[in-house]
Amino acid sequence: MATSKTSVIRGAVYVLGDNIDTDLIIPACYLNLVPTIPEEYRKLGTYAMAGLPDSYSPFVAKGQEHTAYAIIVAGRNFGCGSSREHAPVCLGAAGCRVVVAESYARIFFRNAVATGEVYPLESVERLCDVFSTGDQAEVDLAAGSIRQAATGRVYPLKPIGAVGPVIAAGGLFGYARSVGMMPGGQPA
Amino acid sequence: MSATITEKILARASGQPRVSPGDNIWVNAGILLTHDVCGPGTIGVFRREFGENARVWDREKIVIIPDHYIFTADEKCRRNVDILRVFVREQGLPHFYDPGTATYRGVCHLALPEAGHVRPGEVIFGTDSHTCAHGALGAFATGIGNTDAGFVMGTGKLLIKVPPTHRFRFEGALPAGVMAKDMILRVIGDIGVDGANYAAMEFVGDTVQELSVDERMTLCNMAIEAGAKNGIIEPDAAALAYVRARTNKPFDAVRGDPGAAIASERRYRAADLVPCVAEPHLPSTYASAKARADVKVDRVYIGSCTGGKLTDFVAAARILSGRQVKVETFLVPATAEVADGLMREQIGGQSLVEIFARAGCCEIAPPSCAACLGGPVDTYGRTHGNEVVVSTTNRNFIGRMGSKNSAIYLASPLTAAASAVAGHIADPRDYM
Repeated sequence: MATSKTSVIRGAVYVLGDNIDTDLIIPACYLNLVPTIPEEYRKLGTYAMAGLPDSYSPFVAKGQEHTAYAIIVAGRNFGCGSSREHAPVCLGAAGCRVVVAESYARIFFRNAVATGEVYPLESVERLCDVFSTGDQAEVDLAAGSIRQAATGRVYPLKPIGAVGPVIAAGGLFGYARSVGMMPGGQPA
Repeated sequence: MSATITEKILARASGQPRVSPGDNIWVNAGILLTHDVCGPGTIGVFRREFGENARVWDREKIVIIPDHYIFTADEKCRRNVDILRVFVREQGLPHFYDPGTATYRGVCHLALPEAGHVRPGEVIFGTDSHTCAHGALGAFATGIGNTDAGFVMGTGKLLIKVPPTHRFRFEGALPAGVMAKDMILRVIGDIGVDGANYAAMEFVGDTVQELSVDERMTLCNMAIEAGAKNGIIEPDAAALAYVRARTNKPFDAVRGDPGAAIASERRYRAADLVPCVAEPHLPSTYASAKARADVKVDRVYIGSCTGGKLTDFVAAARILSGRQVKVETFLVPATAEVADGLMREQIGGQSLVEIFARAGCCEIAPPSCAACLGGPVDTYGRTHGNEVVVSTTNRNFIGRMGSKNSAIYLASPLTAAASAVAGHIADPRDYM
């Protein structure tokens, strides 16, 4: 999984608009790949955002295994559509660490949290009109902010809320073990 | 204090006297549904977290219905069904509907209720966003990812947030030519693709009560297209009769309390509704069919969990009977039971199969999800170019049916059939 305990994520930004659906994030023709098979997990990463129209610059460059963009900045309702967990998985497998969107579709948000593949953070303002693809930025998870490197401007993010403890525990299974819903110890 | 049907089902499943919107609660699952696309990953999570030799929490409550990529030469798709077969054998799971055998049914969201696995008052989790369809029979049903499903598979529980309820009230008789698809596309057009995000969409009113169970499924199926967690209709005599005809298992139907607090209510007069389409590339881009008569059509597709039920094909046949289609018209019954119905049901002394053949439709395909969501290159009905498609499916996102360059208009089976005859988007009332 791509997440770690570091609280600052630096990198290039990839900018998207509203209603980025799961068919854009990972088209159905790649759903024959099974995320829990390591080789296919990596393959899913190479297809991240492959459903975007050809007018977009590629999220993962041809022939590359990882994206050059650690941060996605998007508008409203990111991840709408399918329950396919392949969506947050392909982003995490590609090396994307965090999505900063105005809002999320429910199942994508939940899958991002449950898998720990990407941090699904919400912006207070509409940042997809402020950032451009290729901008450098820094997301401070502890402070709850995103900083645009070129301008030095800092934009606040919304508190993560009730799912904070789930993310902190490393996803659903870690959380369930921590509250005694599952036998403790490491997964088998 | 009074509570909605959704809150009452969740309270019971969590062992609490009452729950309120926003509460995070552990609920007991009544059914876990999975299929060939998300089942292998769910099984992978289950084995990773609970151990290679772990047993599922309850063999009777897991239902596995392969349906997405069944009739394909794609090796990984075939392997994925094999992963399900091995798991079913290892665990001794009784509810598996295996492709290539007499138990194969087809699209999970119609197969699940047909096989008696949907019961009023139950909690149903499924690894598919259209699991919300099962609210049509008064269950709480919602789509989840592989990790959540792997957790349910091992524990029978899931931590969920109680949704607020948005109520949609329809009053009066539906005009001729207007179907449940027109009702839900109108709602989504009004509230947007995130208009019910995280919420329950509850459909009420005499118009809803008059709908067949098939049509109620169309309403609840598309709740996810407004972002909803679940769609739900209180079970009445028609819903209970549907369920009792399919299962002997006991259930305890739940109804909401009068005066329960809800987040919002919208009212619709059925008489105001018209045949409509959702234009590319979102289910919320509403337009009346009449207003889009200038759109030339290359293909019509009738199928899927939303639009491939027997009621949908009967509606299409009413238009196509005695007429010729002008464009290629693909017909994919959702399940084997629907496919049987196409041979049995008659209009004017002809079976639906005969009517479709005489109208010049393509040969009826075997039941599966087929081109509703693109998939492998050899998927039946998949788009490969810049086709303009009128489809009875539930999503018209870019690339949804395969090609990024094709344009999908969502519509009722009546509007789809009328468009097939006209060669452009057409109002079915002109053909009735």
